[in-house]
Amino acid sequence: MSDQPGRGEPEETVEVDCRDLRCPQPVIELARVSGGLADGTVLAVLATDPAAATDIPAWCRMRGHEFLGSEMTGRGVQRFLVRLGHRPAI
Amino acid sequence: MRYTSERPGEDPDKGVGTVPETRADGAGPTDLDAASSTPLHPAAREALLAAMDAGYADPRRLHGPGRTARMLLDNAREVVAACLEVRPDEVTFTPSGTHAVHLGLLGLAAGRSRAGPALVVSDVEHAAVRHAADWTGAPVAGAAADRLGRVSPEAVEAAVASVGEPVAAVAVQSANHEVGTVQPVADIAARLGDLPLFVDACASLGHLPLPSGWATAAGSAHKWGGPAGVGLLLVRKGVRWRPPFPVDDRTDERATGFENVPAALAAAAALQAVSEERATVAPAQHALVARIRERVAGEVADVEVVGDPDDRLPHLVTFSCLYVDGEALVTGLDRLGYGVASGSACTASTLSPSHVLEAMGVLTHGNVRVSLDRTTTVAQVEAFLDALPGVVAGIRAELGPLP
Repeated sequence: MSDQPGRGEPEETVEVDCRDLRCPQPVIELARVSGGLADGTVLAVLATDPAAATDIPAWCRMRGHEFLGSEMTGRGVQRFLVRLGHRPAI
Repeated sequence: MRYTSERPGEDPDKGVGTVPETRADGAGPTDLDAASSTPLHPAAREALLAAMDAGYADPRRLHGPGRTARMLLDNAREVVAACLEVRPDEVTFTPSGTHAVHLGLLGLAAGRSRAGPALVVSDVEHAAVRHAADWTGAPVAGAAADRLGRVSPEAVEAAVASVGEPVAAVAVQSANHEVGTVQPVADIAARLGDLPLFVDACASLGHLPLPSGWATAAGSAHKWGGPAGVGLLLVRKGVRWRPPFPVDDRTDERATGFENVPAALAAAAALQAVSEERATVAPAQHALVARIRERVAGEVADVEVVGDPDDRLPHLVTFSCLYVDGEALVTGLDRLGYGVASGSACTASTLSPSHVLEAMGVLTHGNVRVSLDRTTTVAQVEAFLDALPGVVAGIRAELGPLP
């Protein structure tokens, strides 16, 4: 993924640890955590499941959140940044 | 049904002969996975049974039984050629669709090895095409697909330009096997000029006319109502094609291994039958799939129905249900008697989800592919659509409310 999460990354993020969870659990966990948080909150999701790279951006699109990007953090762990917010779902 | 040996001393109740009963009243499970494999067409069954006894001999031999086998094989070739509007000498029967894919792509690359080593393969090709390209060890560039799963001529051109080495051949399917989207094969070929195009037509043969623009193409008989174990390799007259594997001295230069004459004839009979039926079957299937797309989108919450809604294979559709485990969905539907396929990772032999859904950027979990055969009825489809929302809701209920 070519997005650069470092660009404009807010200082405060809520971490969601989905390492070792298999699909669709990472997206379910992300949804659970997002439920109690205000719009504009940025979540940093850690996941090892290969499907997360497709399913987290797809969840953002379907739910009207903003997918900010992702990066590999080593040892097969990918870190995804999501900004919660009610945009029109597409 | 039970196959038994007539030989004395053998117990017919033991051994390999027993197969499960199929219900003659049609009230058994509903197979909605025709795109994986389709029941034998009655025309194929008839041809297979007739040729089983007559077509056993070596079609290369200059004796009576050999000449009969040769006649049946040539007949099969001519029937296929007529159905696809190609020349008989462009048709070779192979032991599988996968083998036809290997010969089609790799033979093209071998014939052009002096032009360059690299290959361009679309990001939504069948795994057999991707594996064949990777097997060469040459540089392989992927041509991107859009959200509908369509590969544009521009995307192919960009991939050709990106690979950094001269390209030997390009592979783009006729239509996608998972989401049904038809690819603009003729337009892509027109942009490629002298660069030859391999077209994997396994998903579409029998369902749609063969597109133009291919240098080589592949098909698979069990996906159009022929028997398994018959693939189709097409090599356009005049195209530089070289055997990528050890050659064999069979009835044509591209075939390897002893020809399965009865199965080839049955495959040809099925293709002829489905080609003749297509004018009525394809529009009916197209309408049924439109109905599935409409009801799934309308009646299942948080679902993505993917692929091109109109310019698609007539008989298949794919959708993904948010928060739903694909394996739970497939087994839940199976318990109710509906057989469907899934591209979700948890239903695959690997941990990876469908690379097609990945390339499209659509939800990969909770995925279901529904595909119809020529006998699928409106009532079966409506019953499936009545059952589906409850299965999805049941799986989601275990998760509790999710935003």
